[in-house]
Amino acid sequence: MVKEIERYGIPIVHMATITTISESVGANRIVPTVAIPYPVGDPDLDGKEEEMRKELTERAVDSLHKEVTDSPLYN
Amino acid sequence: MSKKKVLYYVNQFFGQIGGEDQAGIPPEFHEKGIGAAAAFAGGVKENADLVGTVICGDNYFNENNEEALAFLEDLNSKHDIDLVVAGPAFNAGRYGVACAGVAEFFNEKGIPVLSGMYIENPGLDVARKNAYVIETSDSAAGMREALPQLIKLGNKVLIGEELSPEEDGYLSQGRRLTEITDKIGAERAVDMLMKRLKDEEFETELPMPEFDQVEAAAQIQDLSKATIALVTTGGLVPQGNPDHLQSASAQKWVKYDVSETDALGQDYYTVHGGYDPVYANENPDRIAPLDMLKKMEKEGKIGKVYDFFYSTTGTGTAVDSSEQFGREIGAELAEVGVDGVILTST
Repeated sequence: MVKEIERYGIPIVHMATITTISESVGANRIVPTVAIPYPVGDPDLDGKEEEMRKELTERAVDSLHKEVTDSPLYN
Repeated sequence: MSKKKVLYYVNQFFGQIGGEDQAGIPPEFHEKGIGAAAAFAGGVKENADLVGTVICGDNYFNENNEEALAFLEDLNSKHDIDLVVAGPAFNAGRYGVACAGVAEFFNEKGIPVLSGMYIENPGLDVARKNAYVIETSDSAAGMREALPQLIKLGNKVLIGEELSPEEDGYLSQGRRLTEITDKIGAERAVDMLMKRLKDEEFETELPMPEFDQVEAAAQIQDLSKATIALVTTGGLVPQGNPDHLQSASAQKWVKYDVSETDALGQDYYTVHGGYDPVYANENPDRIAPLDMLKKMEKEGKIGKVYDFFYSTTGTGTAVDSSEQFGREIGAELAEVGVDGVILTST
């Protein structure tokens, strides 16, 4: 899906935990996430979860603003 | 001569520990055959003994890869392993990727690995380069067909017979081997050309891999003016699943108006099979962070969150279907002038 959407010339970032799948399919922008059942969250963080979620989402948004380099990973 | 030694790797489900709720368990080693491992051991007993079965949760292997590999390293140093079997994983994506990781690890040590997967398993690309992977059906119902094939292949590997993908039924590994033929390359090329010109059947000696790279779209120049759309394969839908999105092998995608809301929140839940839904249902924005994007819109970091949120189910969905969903969603987003997309996957 990532590739087909990008074919329209729209920059897209894949937020995924198993980044190897995303890389092998050929996503150009990937933000590694926390865990499969909660990619953009972490129930163990309690009070700090929201801060982490915002930071991770911002990283994804920022990747759309950056030029794509050799590595698709935005850590 | 002492008998050769086989190690068998399975996930929490095939290791008979439990389902999705046990997907986070760290690796454990049992000095006996469990499930398919026992059957495999019986089938190769003339040529090898089973060292034991490693059981590891799929989420654990993928999320704590270093620790999982360290566990295998430790086992390998204690036992002189001659053959490893991982799976078969059928169309279980995380299990397939874990089997591929196991295969890569042992292949680097020169230890042959067997596995089995459905042709669309996301682990296949890596696994086939590192293991003899037989093609299986997409569900565990194919175990009865898969096991005899694995046993046959296993016996051949153990006694050191020469193998070929055509004869032994494993998927080609993308390696080129030297072969002696009577005709030089130029003659074979001319023969092939003549056959082609006469519309006769011919077989290429080197099938070209198909690469499908999509060029990266140019970055957004000014985020504060950009419209960002949110898409997920995490199976999020409004309560009651009004459009009947499938929980696996999705046949469709769905979209919902989120222009008037600050978060997905408790209006949504996941219908996605195959991952523990507790955390998603506690807070659906953990799967697709609409709340955070809306915050950024308010702060002026981004121009706008696109009015519609798109969702489908990732697990078991055919590659053809995903491509179709991508094309359809992409066409809509391009038409309304969306500037960037965030796609989340579980």
